[in-house]
Amino acid sequence: MDWQAFALTLRLASITTILLLAMAVPLAALLVLGRARWLAAVEALATLPLVLPPTVLGFFLLVLLGPHTAIGRAITKLFGHPLAFSFDGLVIGSVIYSLPFAVQPLVAGFAAVPEALVDAGRLLGASPARIVITLLVPLARRSLITAAVLSFLHTVGEFGVVLMLGGDIPGATRTLSIVLYNQVENFDYGAADRTAAILVGLSLVALAAIYSKGHARGGSRA
Amino acid sequence: MLEFQLDARRGGFHLQVECRFASAWTVIFGPSGAGKSTLLRLLAGLDRGRADEPVHGRVALNGHELTNTSRHLWVNPGMRRSGMVAQQSALFPHLSAAANVAYGLQDANGHQDVYGRREWTRAQRAQRVDEMLELVGATELVQRRPAEISGGQAQRIALARALAPGPKLLLLDEPFSALDGAASDALLDRLQAWTSANGVQTILATHDVSDALATSAEVLLLREGRQVALGPAAEVLAQERERLLGRLGSN
Repeated sequence: MDWQAFALTLRLASITTILLLAMAVPLAALLVLGRARWLAAVEALATLPLVLPPTVLGFFLLVLLGPHTAIGRAITKLFGHPLAFSFDGLVIGSVIYSLPFAVQPLVAGFAAVPEALVDAGRLLGASPARIVITLLVPLARRSLITAAVLSFLHTVGEFGVVLMLGGDIPGATRTLSIVLYNQVENFDYGAADRTAAILVGLSLVALAAIYSKGHARGGSRA
Repeated sequence: MLEFQLDARRGGFHLQVECRFASAWTVIFGPSGAGKSTLLRLLAGLDRGRADEPVHGRVALNGHELTNTSRHLWVNPGMRRSGMVAQQSALFPHLSAAANVAYGLQDANGHQDVYGRREWTRAQRAQRVDEMLELVGATELVQRRPAEISGGQAQRIALARALAPGPKLLLLDEPFSALDGAASDALLDRLQAWTSANGVQTILATHDVSDALATSAEVLLLREGRQVALGPAAEVLAQERERLLGRLGSN
């Protein structure tokens, strides 16, 4: 068992999930509360990673973050090292790759909050930020949990982006799904079984946690 | 004094009104679908219109313009110092009655903010919440959640929530529909005393003649988005009664 890869995968998924929620909550709120027409384009862009082959996304990011673009050079300067083939680069890739999995449940959850409540908040002088924090987030609690768990699991399971952008560097970019790939490539099916079992177990536990929460409240949607 | 001139379209519905309310308490009377709620939402600034359904017009309270589409002026609902109680209370379901009432009380050091809204210290807030719950007769509900109270109680809390920040304009959309006649009348009496003592311009939208008559003020009669009459309650409602009786007779 490659514990280093296990720890790296959990670290990657945790950091990605926290960053994603911090971005997706305001983004989803903007999409639901905003009136501007260009928001449709933003929503399309935020959903794009859902339909893009991960290898395509990984390749674009590899080029974008590499030394051949202005952005890549600027980021290299900022971080002090190139982001391609590094853990930081992997975090950026994962955030983009899993963005729809965080944004979509939140958009659905926020949109389900009755407009009359948002109007009441606005009339009582609440700023948009206060409406999001005190009304939308608590009333769409379950969507927030769903978004967090889906982002986490989607990051744990990602492969194409990691391989393209991160390569296979132990302790930096070698995640469990890369380990599994290597084990299969080496015909080490016994080890591959164990790695796969861990990936499945991790997903099952997390999903069961979401669903049990729903059933505890009589299956009611909050 | 509230003046407004509004022209708004919503799907097939077209609202066209031009009014000046001289008295501090006005009733908007009309059947459902007449445009009462639409008008109140426009006055509150909640509807701004969209490219395909534009809103044109002007709203001014005591000489201060709140909306003026020809000048692209539109004051944010939260800065209009207007309170609103809609038929379906719209209480925040995850907050207690007291927290609902306190929601509009800006948390700060007891000064006024730049919009003239008062800011409240913790102690002032608690006291204000108690006062408001007492005014609407709901002191026993302090810690209850909206799911645990009746529709009528929810309407009382919603009223307390709208009054707490000290609005200059109070918009009531069938606010006591879940209360029985006697309870509704008693609450209306207390509310009228409070709004006149605090100088609150109040507009009550209703399709109930007795509510319209009970407050015996100015009545704006709306029908299918058009204003049909504006004047003293007894006069306008008598005319409407004649019209309805006439129609009954001709059938």
